[in-house]
Amino acid sequence: MNPITEAELHAFVDGQLTPERHREIEASLAQRPDEAQRVQSYRDQKRELRALFDPVLDEALPQRVLRAARPRAAWYSQRWIAGLLIALISGAAGWGLHGAWPSASPDKTLAVAGFAQRAAVAHAVYSAEQRRPVEVDAAHEDQLVTWLSKRMGAPMKPAHLQALGYALEGGRLLPGGQGPVAQFMYRDAAGRRLTLYVSNEIGELSSSASAARGNQSETAFRFAREGRLNVFYWVDGRFGYAISAEADRTALTEVSSEVYRQLAKGVTVD
Amino acid sequence: MTPDESLLTWVPRLRRYARALAGNRDDADDLVQDTLERAWARAALWRGVTDMRGWLFSIMHNLHVDGVRRPRLATQAIDDDTPELATAPTQGERLAVLDLQAALDQLPVEQKEIVLLVALEDMAYADIAKTLGIPIGTVMSRLSRGRERLRALMDGRDQPVRLTVVK
Repeated sequence: MNPITEAELHAFVDGQLTPERHREIEASLAQRPDEAQRVQSYRDQKRELRALFDPVLDEALPQRVLRAARPRAAWYSQRWIAGLLIALISGAAGWGLHGAWPSASPDKTLAVAGFAQRAAVAHAVYSAEQRRPVEVDAAHEDQLVTWLSKRMGAPMKPAHLQALGYALEGGRLLPGGQGPVAQFMYRDAAGRRLTLYVSNEIGELSSSASAARGNQSETAFRFAREGRLNVFYWVDGRFGYAISAEADRTALTEVSSEVYRQLAKGVTVD
Repeated sequence: MTPDESLLTWVPRLRRYARALAGNRDDADDLVQDTLERAWARAALWRGVTDMRGWLFSIMHNLHVDGVRRPRLATQAIDDDTPELATAPTQGERLAVLDLQAALDQLPVEQKEIVLLVALEDMAYADIAKTLGIPIGTVMSRLSRGRERLRALMDGRDQPVRLTVVK
């Protein structure tokens, strides 16, 4: 019989061996009182740990845990007026918490989700605008680029999506969680709107956290949906990007890939 | 099963593990609450998750590791669960049990996690490796060191002799 490794001894305790090997080790332990005693002591540990913590399973759940287990309330309503209300409230809250927010919310995922949520609300508010969907229109793209780049502190050029049927309408500057964010507005031939929301707060917010976690790749696309609105978002370097539209997921994936491709080529943001 | 029910079914087990990991009720429920919130924030990914338990425990692991690094104010909850004088028949058992808790708290977190996932969750070693994002060989060596250390602590022995690397 092969000698028993340390790992096998534990696998024996935990019943994670093949039946043959289990029997072999069981037989051999009869000849090795020291090892047999260790096995017994590890089994006792397991039993005592279960005895100590199993009662938690039967406890009544605290309210806050129960609340957290349930789906959060819808953060976006299809009625744009509700969206505007949310924007006003979160804008005010953002102002009040300015500076305190990053340390109060170390959870990057929540921060990123919060960013996507703001993008969705901004989409809901401005895509419903008939007369002033943008602050600077596409006819003055040069001015738009200069202005947004200056305020965002980084080159800020809108992606070009004509190939996918979306023409640029223009853009605007908006308040984000801590500073300015840029929103670019597009529309297709049928007048349906799509927005690209760019924030440079994510990187600053997360740089310490992601450095501490060994800099996980954050370029994965994420997807959120509420009502008819779909939001694709991702983080790349310092920037967070969110694309919102009432288009289907496939169409949004295409747009996201195209925007990402143009970014990678340095067309939009250096 | 609706999504909130599916998440709710894991809550008692998340709480059990968190209690053992954090050592007290308040910190444990903080951890559970953060885990659930993060799970909802990533709800778009659920469809791709084949092992919900592993996924949730992995979220909890990441949060705990981050939380352990973060200095926090020590709190002591005083509520209905604050133990009163133990009644005679269970006293001996209770003392033994408190010893185990104290010993557990002296394990390094990376050993404690594995000892607990095996004991409380009966998790397969390969699943633990995936949940914690470490190689299976590391799982085995930490399990071995954790159990041996716990045994030494419970027996009132000193720590096993440690080898020091002399350069």
